Amino acid sequence: MNNSQPTAVSADQPVKGRSLWADGMRRLRKRRLAMVCFGVVMVYVLLTVLVYLSEAAGWKIPLFDWRQAVGPSYQKPWTVYAWMPEGQTQAQRGWTFFGTDFLGQSTWRKTIYGAKTSITVALFASVISILIGVPLGAAAGYFRGWIDDLIVWLYTTIGTIPGIILIMAFAVVLRSQTFFGVELKGVTAVYVALGLTSWVGICRLIRGEVIKRKESEYVLAARALGCSNGRIIFKHLLPNVFHVIIIDFSLRFVSFIHAEVILSFLGLGETDKPSWGAMIDAARTELARNVWWEMAAATAAIFVLSLALNIFGDALRDCLDPKLRTD
Amino acid sequence: MTAYIIRRLLYMIPIVIGVLLLTFVLFTLVGGDISQQIAGKNADAETIAEIRHEYGFDKPLFLSWDSQFLNHFKKAFTFHFGRALDRERISEKILRGVGPSLALTVPMFFGTLVISISFALVVAFLRGTVWDHIIVILCVAGMSLPYLSFIIFGQYFFAYKLDWFPIFYAPDRPMVSSIVLPVLIGIAAGLGSNLRFYRTIMLDEIRSDYVRTAFAKGLTARRVLFKHVLKNAMIPIVTNVVLSIPYLILGSLLLERFFGIPGLGYLMYEAVSSRDFFVLNAMTFIMALLIAFFTLVADLCYAWVDPRVKFE
Repeated sequence: MNNSQPTAVSADQPVKGRSLWADGMRRLRKRRLAMVCFGVVMVYVLLTVLVYLSEAAGWKIPLFDWRQAVGPSYQKPWTVYAWMPEGQTQAQRGWTFFGTDFLGQSTWRKTIYGAKTSITVALFASVISILIGVPLGAAAGYFRGWIDDLIVWLYTTIGTIPGIILIMAFAVVLRSQTFFGVELKGVTAVYVALGLTSWVGICRLIRGEVIKRKESEYVLAARALGCSNGRIIFKHLLPNVFHVIIIDFSLRFVSFIHAEVILSFLGLGETDKPSWGAMIDAARTELARNVWWEMAAATAAIFVLSLALNIFGDALRDCLDPKLRTD
Repeated sequence: MTAYIIRRLLYMIPIVIGVLLLTFVLFTLVGGDISQQIAGKNADAETIAEIRHEYGFDKPLFLSWDSQFLNHFKKAFTFHFGRALDRERISEKILRGVGPSLALTVPMFFGTLVISISFALVVAFLRGTVWDHIIVILCVAGMSLPYLSFIIFGQYFFAYKLDWFPIFYAPDRPMVSSIVLPVLIGIAAGLGSNLRFYRTIMLDEIRSDYVRTAFAKGLTARRVLFKHVLKNAMIPIVTNVVLSIPYLILGSLLLERFFGIPGLGYLMYEAVSSRDFFVLNAMTFIMALLIAFFTLVADLCYAWVDPRVKFE
């Protein structure tokens, strides 16, 4: 009977609503450019995972073996050269995609390995800053009173010190210190320093969001039903502000990748493994010898990753939180 | 108004104490006794003991009138930060660095400001067109390039290859000639994010009702943009300018390092590479004071530019 109107909904069949998330994701999927950017970011992440896996399992994948010398030092990209590998008597012909560095290591392989360094730093630093900032912000916004005063005082204090000084001070001091039996060195010191200093922004955001929502009906209902404070915060409030965390995460990731470059330049980053910062820094002496490819490769790698993250992050913000739209 | 200022000034006290607590925990409790590092690897016990005494590492941490904790506060409040690792007074080092830093950052800041605001007005006017999209994408692209690459490439190409500018700062040359290239590089590197920021501000304004009214009255686009939109957009711009002043004093770490400009950024760089906690400590405190103060000034300016803002 109702066949002529297949979309009509009968009274006993409830309308299935779309959640905020499903709605946002649907909007996001329609944006071709944002999805391409997401794909690009995923390629970097996949490379990082593969490098980790091959290191853990001891696979011998030539592409990830940046230590191996593949030619004489400073060979131009995309050119065939003849060289004598160590321990061999016969000259070989070689070719690299992105040239070689001073030690004859492949710039291309170093760039791929650099993705692991950068993504590790950015990921762990983001996770640390979210783990500190979100609970503090939620507690400050929910409980108010002296807890709020204390937390606001804490983040205002940290926010009063310029970010670059704070990060450098933490990185210098934390380097080669041992906490709970773990020595902070190399990238570990970098992401701990970045994470400990950059939770202020997300803390402030979450506090504001929680203050805005703590008097809303669903929270009052939960309280009337006798939910504990912890349950209200973690089960009711945080899922509703989760999009704020995700947006912040995607845009913060970029700033951590750029911070890693600067810390590497200051000698506070990874010391014995390739990183994009160290590769760009090497160009200080290399450019005068016309060796441009090491810096170009690292710059291009950072450029593509942060461009993709920036565009994706903006699209994510527009889709998940239309109120924050910028254009 | 006066009550508001006094209350805000009083609120600076816990913040300053917080900063001092943080630097104490960081540099004294976690950083610890660096006399071994100062003395060098081959120092004998006597030299180390001497250095420990000179820098006060032998004093008790807490619970004494002469403890390291109280001395930390005393040093900060009297601005007697003692001597750096190279034996020079820290306060003299800092005072000497302010001039060169400002000479670099002030032209850079105002250059970026003027260029990005004028572009932002144009872009806001062209909103929704292809040009708008192209400029936004260029901005994001500019933001995605690492700062270090801008500097290294700029220095190599314009100073070394083309030889248009001196590569390094030299005290005997006029300041202007060594400042031009770093200023231009700084403007180029910062333009993307600034233009995007001001575009957002302008767009917020251009959508409001008074702009529609102004256009409806038949005013020209130029008059609407420069007389109406710009005036209202001044509120966030003025706040932004005031908030930037401490960062102008701080200088630019990377630019100063690469071009050898002896400002505060360079001082910070040296302090980090020689692990000079005393200089870092003093810089952290002074910068925090400046930022706390200029945040207050920015709030007051905000009310001064926008009569709608009321003090609570």
